[in-house]
Amino acid sequence: MHYIPSSGLAVAFAIAMLTTPAFAADKPTDPQIAHIAYTAGDIDIKAAKLALQKSQNKDVRAFADDMVRDHQAVNDKALALVKKLNVTPEDNATSKGLTEQAEKKSAELNKLSGAAFDKAYVDNEVAFHKTVDGALETTLIPSASNGELKGLLKTGLKIFKGHLAHAEHLASELK
Amino acid sequence: MRTAIYCAVILALLPMAAVRVATAGEIVRVQINDMAFSPGEITIKPGDTVEWVNNDFVDHTATAKDGGWDVVIGAGKSARLQFDHVGTTHYFCRFHPDMTGTVQVVGK
Repeated sequence: MHYIPSSGLAVAFAIAMLTTPAFAADKPTDPQIAHIAYTAGDIDIKAAKLALQKSQNKDVRAFADDMVRDHQAVNDKALALVKKLNVTPEDNATSKGLTEQAEKKSAELNKLSGAAFDKAYVDNEVAFHKTVDGALETTLIPSASNGELKGLLKTGLKIFKGHLAHAEHLASELK
Repeated sequence: MRTAIYCAVILALLPMAAVRVATAGEIVRVQINDMAFSPGEITIKPGDTVEWVNNDFVDHTATAKDGGWDVVIGAGKSARLQFDHVGTTHYFCRFHPDMTGTVQVVGK
């Protein structure tokens, strides 16, 4: 039986709301998409900062450094874009769900230490990136109306696919 | 008289030119676009310099798989490394390990 991190499932559930028929009929707007993408990036930065506080494993720490650096760069780019487009990111059920679940996961991770923390953090990174990459591919990118926002999401997806491969490789080494 | 002056100037500049030719190899550029090195494989001569130009908005590195060298290329910036010895080195980006490339240095 495969271990599936609980927050990975929760995030999958929160993002799955985007793809339900009811939501699909009313696709997310650009301000909502911007908020969801920014929120997902911010969640991953916070998780990485927790890993940098708690982990002693050099590979896990290097991965966490990568997550902070890349997600911060993408979020800075997103902020600059919404400012340029004069768009105000709009909080919505999906981004609220993501934040609530991330807070629960953070509390879970906080109770762990050593190798148990490393494994839980990296497994969650695999699940989180799988879910977010899937949502970008199937819902957020196709729904984006503005060309520049769509372009940034596409570039983000390329970066995050690399993160998923890196996290999967790391997870296989921690077993 | 004027010809003599020209000759003197040329003679005075010659050693500088000779030094330049001896030390300056070609600069071969590798572009980084959308999380990939392009071209992924390059062939250069000893003394040539590789310049990686990072057009992405995230930082990258060019890091030899054998641990021989490690170049950080900031977002929107470029970085250079001179190769003096013949050989083939496979490299990757430490920050994004699925990004890979090869530098092949062949004799003149």
